[in-house]
Amino acid sequence: MLLRLLAITTKEVRQLARDRLTFGMIIGIPLMQILLFGYAINFDVRDLRAAVVDDAKTSHSRALVADMAATGVIKLEPASPNLPDLRRRMERGEVSVGIVIPADFERRRQGTDRAVAQILVDGSEPMVDAVARALASVPLPNRAGMYPSRTPVFEVRTDYNPERRTAVQVVPALIGVILNMTMVIFTAAAIVRERERGNLELLIATPVRSWELMAGKLLPYVLIGLVQTTLILTVGARIFDVPVNGSLLDVYLAAALFIAATLTLGLVISTFARTQFQAFQMSFLTLLPSILLSGFVFPFDGMPPLAQWIAQLLPLTHFVEMIRGILLRGAPLSAMHVPALKLVVFLGVTLAIATLRFRKRLD
Amino acid sequence: MNASARRAPAASENGYAISARGLTRVFGAVRAVDGIDLDIPRARIYGFLGPNGSGKSTTIRMLCGLLSPSAGTVDVLGHHMPRDAEQMRSRLGYMTQKFSLWDDLSVHENLEFMGQVFGMRAAQRRARIAAVADEFDLAALFKQRAGTLSGGQRQRLALAAATLHEPELLLLDEPTSAVDPQSRRDFWESLFALVTRGVTILVSTHYMDEAERCHELAILANGKVVAQGEPQRLMSDIPAAVIEVEAADTPAARLALLADPGVLSVAQLGTRLHVLLDPTLPSPQERVTQRLLAAAVPAQALLVRASLEDVFVAATGFGRGNDSRAGH
Repeated sequence: MLLRLLAITTKEVRQLARDRLTFGMIIGIPLMQILLFGYAINFDVRDLRAAVVDDAKTSHSRALVADMAATGVIKLEPASPNLPDLRRRMERGEVSVGIVIPADFERRRQGTDRAVAQILVDGSEPMVDAVARALASVPLPNRAGMYPSRTPVFEVRTDYNPERRTAVQVVPALIGVILNMTMVIFTAAAIVRERERGNLELLIATPVRSWELMAGKLLPYVLIGLVQTTLILTVGARIFDVPVNGSLLDVYLAAALFIAATLTLGLVISTFARTQFQAFQMSFLTLLPSILLSGFVFPFDGMPPLAQWIAQLLPLTHFVEMIRGILLRGAPLSAMHVPALKLVVFLGVTLAIATLRFRKRLD
Repeated sequence: MNASARRAPAASENGYAISARGLTRVFGAVRAVDGIDLDIPRARIYGFLGPNGSGKSTTIRMLCGLLSPSAGTVDVLGHHMPRDAEQMRSRLGYMTQKFSLWDDLSVHENLEFMGQVFGMRAAQRRARIAAVADEFDLAALFKQRAGTLSGGQRQRLALAAATLHEPELLLLDEPTSAVDPQSRRDFWESLFALVTRGVTILVSTHYMDEAERCHELAILANGKVVAQGEPQRLMSDIPAAVIEVEAADTPAARLALLADPGVLSVAQLGTRLHVLLDPTLPSPQERVTQRLLAAAVPAQALLVRASLEDVFVAATGFGRGNDSRAGH
């Protein structure tokens, strides 16, 4: 019994080691993703190109522009002579932020009823919009008597990520996204490949049991998943300074639970797909909602109820909650028992579906 | 671990390795196998002869419990299939139509894997792998990946893998379809060697010469058994008179003969024609000669022994959809 399971695992590892493409994907996908998300996809936007239309041309208006430039969020391009010119430049995409200081700037500055200046934002770029709006509310350095009535009411402190670095928010959840992506595809493809190549007909004519076949095939991928977790954690810590505030054991336990859940999801897919291509398509079908609805990109609480319901069915949602808690907030696994239990339920249900659907029959 | 060493279960006392009654399999609207009855004796080579799509593979898959019959019953080595399929696994050897070992594993790794999956211990595995390597001439190929083997080598490997666990019953689905003639001869030598050791072999083929080598034969067409028995008997009992015609102008001879209502089928073999006639006719040879004379086609007609191909043509309704009068 153990002999047969081990035979399947050994065969799978041998084949994996000889399949350079898959082997490359095991290391390549996590590495590429973390570098992409860590460097390129940067939510802390800096150096947005901005142009000014200054109709006031007073020393104060120049000081205001200088203050905004000093935040580093915008980078000043040559000024525009008038509003239509600024709009044209925004249309052409030369600048994404426009600062308009009206001729009656000095009068507005003294009063409290109207905004002193206007910020035009290119709304076609999602992050720019959010950042520029934040820029408008940023308390500018207080020059004596300049903005008497505009001191902010609240002070905001961001716990667990005081510098508000995107990498810290993204990398923990990225472990889940990468595992979700690779584990589902690998297992679904691993079983469907045997069906496609005709190996399965031979395999099911041997005394091997269904569960031995499945467990034997999944075992190497559990290990691969843990290797990927280590890789992302290491790169995250070394390059992006992502902290591990909780216990490392808890991180791996959570990862192992999530890996098991994604593997069984892959198994379920493998019982439906007839070809490897179908398996890929179905995997992507589960991947897209996982990435969008899990809280990885958009805050979970802000989603409409239907989206939240769907998100509950996706293992990634629960893992993102767990891993952010453990890695960033330093929570023990026991404090994360609700999402952990949900993952266990998901695991049980998918395993039941896969075993019920996988038959040692061709019909 | 072969048939004699194992305690035979009581239900197999009828002496048949396989018994099927009314075996039927329906795929959607297609009756792939349609009410087949089989009695396959032990320690014999039993052949399934039929064209592609005649139901050979589907029948074999039902016999080894991979497909459930839509109707009918199958008993294999005294066990009801597919109910007892799992406990029968180690007593059956199955060779799929398509090579289904692993291309990216070496010959030795493939055999090692199959040995493990059949639950053989290390020592037993070593001994059996050495034995089949010797029997099927594989030792020199041990390190080679299965994907790089030739057709004949692959087939030897597949048969070695199917016999590694010393099954009592071997089910071979068109084992020689991608193999050169010499390899086919060697392959059949191996099959006879296995039968001598008490193994029962069921082999499907669409080669007449292979079918003729079987102890017994079932001819399948459109999911039905249209003829069954020993090849020699099938040929001598053919429900037709077989006349061989040698003519310079074969197309003219053919046309002249097809015009005769007593002629059931005409097939060309080089410069000769194989003519099947109604067996109730008093003197078929005379009739053919007269016919050709009347049509002014110079030719010689000879009464000959039926070939298996003639049996096949006769059994499948004298070439409906084959080389037939329907085609003219």
